[in-house]
Amino acid sequence: MAAPRKSAGRPSPRLIFGDLWDFDPAPESADPKLKARYDLFIGGRFVRPRSGRTFDSINPGNERKLAEIALAGPADVNAAYAAAAKAFRPWAALPGRERGKYLFRIARLLQDRAREFAVAETLDGGKPIRESRDFDVPMAAAHFFYHAGWADKLEYVVPGASVSPLGVVGQVIPWNFPLLMLAWKLAPALAMGNCVVLKPAETTSITALKLAEILVDAGLPPGVVNFVTGAGETGAAVMGHPGAAKVAFTGSTAVGKAIMRQLAGTDRRMTMELGGKAANIVFDDAPIDQAVEGIVDGIFFNQGHVCCAGSRLLVQEGVADLVISKLRNRIRVLRVGDPMDKNTDLGAINSREQLATIRRLVAAGVREGASMYQPPCVLPEKGYYYPPTLFTGVTQSHRIAREEIFGPVLSILTFRTVDEAIEKANNTPYGLSAGVWTDKGSRILRMSTELKAGVVWANTFNRFDPSSPFGGYKESGFGREGGRQGLLDYASTA
Amino acid sequence: MPPRSPQAAHARLLDEVGSVDQVGVEQRVAKFTTRSIKKEAKVWGLKTAVSMTDLTTLEGKDTPGKIESLCMKALRPLEDPAVPPVAAVCVYPSMVRHAKAIVGGSKVKVASVATAFPSGQAHLRTRLAEVRGAVSDGADEVDMVINRGAFLAGEFARVEDEIAAVVEACGSSALKVILEVSELETFDNIRKASFIAMGVLRPGDFIKTSTGKTTLNATLANNQVMIEAIRDFYLDTGIAIGMKPAGGIKTAKQSLQFLIAVKETLGDAWLTNKRYRFGASSLLNDLLRQFEKERTGAYQAPYYFSDAAESY
Repeated sequence: MAAPRKSAGRPSPRLIFGDLWDFDPAPESADPKLKARYDLFIGGRFVRPRSGRTFDSINPGNERKLAEIALAGPADVNAAYAAAAKAFRPWAALPGRERGKYLFRIARLLQDRAREFAVAETLDGGKPIRESRDFDVPMAAAHFFYHAGWADKLEYVVPGASVSPLGVVGQVIPWNFPLLMLAWKLAPALAMGNCVVLKPAETTSITALKLAEILVDAGLPPGVVNFVTGAGETGAAVMGHPGAAKVAFTGSTAVGKAIMRQLAGTDRRMTMELGGKAANIVFDDAPIDQAVEGIVDGIFFNQGHVCCAGSRLLVQEGVADLVISKLRNRIRVLRVGDPMDKNTDLGAINSREQLATIRRLVAAGVREGASMYQPPCVLPEKGYYYPPTLFTGVTQSHRIAREEIFGPVLSILTFRTVDEAIEKANNTPYGLSAGVWTDKGSRILRMSTELKAGVVWANTFNRFDPSSPFGGYKESGFGREGGRQGLLDYASTA
Repeated sequence: MPPRSPQAAHARLLDEVGSVDQVGVEQRVAKFTTRSIKKEAKVWGLKTAVSMTDLTTLEGKDTPGKIESLCMKALRPLEDPAVPPVAAVCVYPSMVRHAKAIVGGSKVKVASVATAFPSGQAHLRTRLAEVRGAVSDGADEVDMVINRGAFLAGEFARVEDEIAAVVEACGSSALKVILEVSELETFDNIRKASFIAMGVLRPGDFIKTSTGKTTLNATLANNQVMIEAIRDFYLDTGIAIGMKPAGGIKTAKQSLQFLIAVKETLGDAWLTNKRYRFGASSLLNDLLRQFEKERTGAYQAPYYFSDAAESY
């Protein structure tokens, strides 16, 4: 299909996406069963923080306070590591099939309470209920199920060698997929026989602490998993603690680098899953409507708060106008607003700070001369919201093409040849993911070899599976999560 | 000069209209099924779906008596005046005059299948004569089938010429072109056939998924491929073609999902029975049942609704 023809004398046809059939609000009504105050989870019990301090968790959808969360100080982190160290030997000594039983139990209990967890996740983080219901919670359960299956097969993970757990691992996770990132990190560590001290992100602690209830219900031995909540200082204490045999971090590249500096010279093992600026590459022979859908999934999923988001669209020049015009029509029907509404496609930005970051980078894009398109949409008055945004006329030297925005903002660049696409895609310090859209199989194979990215999706984007390892190249980090590779990152092999 | 083989014809047309990725289409339409339509929006959707229904009976055992009962139901689906009449009754050519006798002069149109429905395997002159016969008996709309054999053999010009001949035979009656998607098998083919048909249709004519006589009929996915073709054709030429999914749409919930697809793909201008129809028989009573549920808060037993076509 060529780009729309403009014939003289006739106004160019337009699609009307108006209010002829407005949807009534369809709020999810399940009770998230939140407590007014959440304590730390150490040694199998909820305990008041020795620091005596707390902080508020805010619902980014309406800026109201959801709960008070304990702030863990150094003494609390010490207590968590001590509990984990005490639990380690008996836990590691359990036969794998016994550990597997606990994991199966956790997965099933999470499925039982899926709706409640989905609502809690949406209230706490701002993501649309559709996503927490259909993606975050089921996928978190899937990770527990998958690793439960590994627990009794560990002697076969590495043919000819035996594997053993590392000890106590410290884990710090981000706010974009609070429950899912927790499952990604907990499940393999536990299946292998490690004990865990984990710190959720300060804006999204609630589902971790709700999961602690499930751990208690599942009868998990005390101290095997400990949750300490708080902000950056707590995180630094978890990462820097001498009791950790390994640390695993998912978050920004800047913080990842700081952790690596802190731990340089120690024998601490590390897994780092950091930022990204993924290229989503559309060739002129691609199925265009499905590519447009993949672009939308790639950048607007979870408001663009996705480390592997396809935030740089590279389109071959011959189809650039067509792709952009289709993309504009597509984002006109995205529904932005109350995350609890079942019809919402884009929910709330996770925090005031993140909203400010997005605004700052968008302003930089405008200032540097890229042209911006935002569809008309009415944002709620209260809460942190940002409309879906396209930038065209972006070049490699624009800030919006280089820096991770972590919001619903797509930078569109063009290319002419395969080599140019590869060169532009790889011209970034990051290398977490990439997408390739083409009908030509041989080109997919070539691109997947030459793109320096941990995941390359072909004719799709943002698809995940517990059995598929996920992780980065270059400044997007190292180590893998998921699959056999992810499991081995929590083991020593002899 | 590139080769003119039938195979090359498929390649050339695909190059022109673009390809479709099956997995991607199915992911797209899965999102429509997660939309939650409540209260006023639901009532509007149900009424609109009623007004878009081509109430259909296409059986060997159809009689004037059966057609009369269908037409009465079409004119007044429910006692409640808030419920509109359906768009049309869809019958075999021999039944057109019986239908016309009842719905003639009302808003309800008479649609007739023709062109050796459902296979289309008759001489063109026979098919055209059938169309002319239906039109002279009073059919406001004609539902034709394309020559799938010719399409699969790559004889696109023949497919196109035959549709053009039927357009001519229709006179002022509207035409709906049935692609019979289950016999085209791939989404690429559905997209190609849509463009071949639209190329010779007039504004206000329709393309239609199926006859309802094969195993696979209208699905959200093949509906999506066709409405995206209609959208692309409209943006390219300014000519607005209508769409009619037919067969397999049995529940109100399904029909609302199809309407959501229309709303989010073609926009408000297609949310009218001038541009969108459902070819269905048992759908109507489920729409009415849901409508009564919204009005009264309780589901009525099926036997509270008069039965125009297939029973529960």
